[in-house]
Amino acid sequence: MTTPRDAEPRTDRSPWNWLLFVPIVLPLLTFLFNADEPRLLGFPLFYWLQIAFIAVGVGCTTLVYRMTK
Amino acid sequence: MSAHTTELVVFTLLFLLVSGMGFVAARWRRPESIESIESLNEWGLGGRNFGTWITWFLVGGDLYTAYTFVAVPALMFSAGALGFYALPYTVVIYPLVFLVLARMWSVSHVHGFVTPADFVRARFGSPTLALLIAITGLVATMPYIALQLVGIEAVLKTMGITGHLPIIIAFAILAAYTYQSGLRAPALIAFVKDTLIYVVILAAVIYIPAKLGGWGSIFDAAAAKFAATPNPADGITLNASNQLQYITLAFGSALALFLYPHSLTGALASRNRAVIKRNMSALPAYSFLLGLIALLGFMAIAAGTKPVVGANGKADTNTIVPALFDQMFPDWFAGVAYAAIGIGALVPAAIMSIAAANLFTRNVYREYLNKNATDAQEAKVSKLVSLVVKVGAVLCILMLDPQFSIDLQLIGGVIILQTLPSVGLGLYTRWFHKGGLIAGWAAGLGAGLWMLYLIPNPASGKAHFGGSAFSLGNLGFDTKMTIYAGFLALAVNLVVAVLGTYLFRALKVADGKDATARSDYFADEGDPKVKPMDLTGTH
Repeated sequence: MTTPRDAEPRTDRSPWNWLLFVPIVLPLLTFLFNADEPRLLGFPLFYWLQIAFIAVGVGCTTLVYRMTK
Repeated sequence: MSAHTTELVVFTLLFLLVSGMGFVAARWRRPESIESIESLNEWGLGGRNFGTWITWFLVGGDLYTAYTFVAVPALMFSAGALGFYALPYTVVIYPLVFLVLARMWSVSHVHGFVTPADFVRARFGSPTLALLIAITGLVATMPYIALQLVGIEAVLKTMGITGHLPIIIAFAILAAYTYQSGLRAPALIAFVKDTLIYVVILAAVIYIPAKLGGWGSIFDAAAAKFAATPNPADGITLNASNQLQYITLAFGSALALFLYPHSLTGALASRNRAVIKRNMSALPAYSFLLGLIALLGFMAIAAGTKPVVGANGKADTNTIVPALFDQMFPDWFAGVAYAAIGIGALVPAAIMSIAAANLFTRNVYREYLNKNATDAQEAKVSKLVSLVVKVGAVLCILMLDPQFSIDLQLIGGVIILQTLPSVGLGLYTRWFHKGGLIAGWAAGLGAGLWMLYLIPNPASGKAHFGGSAFSLGNLGFDTKMTIYAGFLALAVNLVVAVLGTYLFRALKVADGKDATARSDYFADEGDPKVKPMDLTGTH
C-alpha cells in the first residue's frame, strides 16, 4: 500500500522537543506564583508571572519549530 | 430600552455586516476547477487549504468562544483566582499539542479523514470504537453550541431585550449561511470577530483601569471583597484546598481541548504541517487577551458593577462583563463591544455545528446507513444535519433552564477527555487493544459521571452536578483538597484500558487491523494520498 518515498524514514523526533516540556510544566507549578507580592505595575505576582509564562510558551514553540523544520 | 438605542443600532449594523459576509463566503477562495462545494473537503473543511493567517483567525475564533469571554470573568468576579485557570490552560495547550496536531494533520491528509472518529476507525479497525468516539464528540459538542446562545443572551439582556425571538432570528441567519458556505463562512467572519475583540479588550484594559485608579486599586478592591465573604475558598490568590484543582483543571482542560471535534476541524482545514506549527506559536496571542478578559471580572468588582437580574429574580453573573461595558463605555463603543461578543458566539457555533454534522455523516451515515455514499451525498447530509444541530441548540435554550446547558457542558469536558487514549495516544502507539480502549472509555465515563453527580454547589443550592471540583474526602482521604473530576476519570480510563489490553491479549480476542502506516504520520502537503479509503474491520 505504501511506497518507499524517502531513502531515510521521516520522523518528528528531535532533542529540541524536550524544550516543549518547559512551558507545559512551568504554568502548573503553583508554588512559584501563588502570592500577592511582589507586585508589578499593580499586578500581584500571581497574575503578572502567569501572563509572563505566555512569552515562555511562545519562545519555546518558536525555537522548536525553527530548529526542527 | 431607549437608553440603549445607540448600542442596539451599532450592534445590529455589525451583526448584519457579518451575516452578509457569511453568505458571500461560499465563493471565497474557491479554486476555479471546482464547480460546487458539494463535498466534505470543501463544505466541511474549506478545501483543506487555509494558510497561517486564516488558520490563526479561524482557530482563535473557534477556541476562544463568546461563552469563554462571558463566563471566565464571571467566575473571577464570584470566585477570584480560581477563574484565572483559563490562562495556564491556554499556555499549556500549544506546546502540548505541537507535535500531536502535526501528526493528526498528516495522517488525515493521507487518508482523507474529516473527524477524529475517522482516524480511530482506520487506526484500530473498529467501527464500534469509532462510533463511541463519534457519539462522545456529538454529546460534548451539542451543549457547547447551546452555550454560545447564552453569550448572545447575556448581551441582549444588558441592552434590555428580553424574550427569545432575537435569538431565534440570529440563529436562523447563522444556520442559513453555514448551510450555504460551510467552513468558509466562520473563517471569513472570524476576521471581523477577532479584530473587534482585540480592539474592545485593548481599549477596555487601558481605559477602565485609568478610570478606576489603576491596576493596584482594582486588585485591592477584589481582595477586600473576597476577604469580606464567609467563603474561605475565594480570594485573589489560591489556597491549600483549591491549588490541586487549579493545576488539574488547567491541565485537564488543555488535554481535552483538541479532542473536541470542532478544534480538530480548524486544524485539519490548514494547508500543511508548517501552518499548524506556526500557529502553535501565534495562537497564545489570544491567551494574553483571555488573561486580560478574565481580569474584567475584578474591574467589575472595583467599579461596583451589579449583574443584571433575570426574569427568575436571580442575578445572572454572566451579564457582569456586558454590564461593566454599559457602565464604563460611551454608548456607541458599548455597542461595538456587544457586537464583538455576539459575533464571537457565531464563529464557534458555526464550526461546532459543522464538526458535529461531519461526525454524524462520516461515522453514522456513511458507516451504517449508506456505505457507498458519494461526496455530494455526504455534503448534503452534513448540511442538513448542521441545521438540525442548530435547531436542537435553540430548543435547548428555549425549553430548558440555561443552567442545564452549563451542566451539560461541564459534563462534556469530562467525557470528551475519555477519548484521549484512542485519539491522542492512538497517534503515538497502536499498543492498545480495541477492546481495552472500549472498556477504558466506559469506565472513565462512568467514573466521571459518578464524581460529577456527587459534587454539590452550596452557592446555588444544588446537590448534584454543581461543578467540576471533586473533593478527595469522598474517596476516604482526610483532606479538604479538591481535584478536577475529568482528570481522575481519565486516570481510571487509562488503568482500565491497559489492564483490558492485557486481558484481551491473554484471551486471544481478535484485534482490529491498522490501516495506517508509520510514514503517514509525517506526510506533508504534496505527498501522495491513499484513495479510496480502504477499510476492513469487524464490530
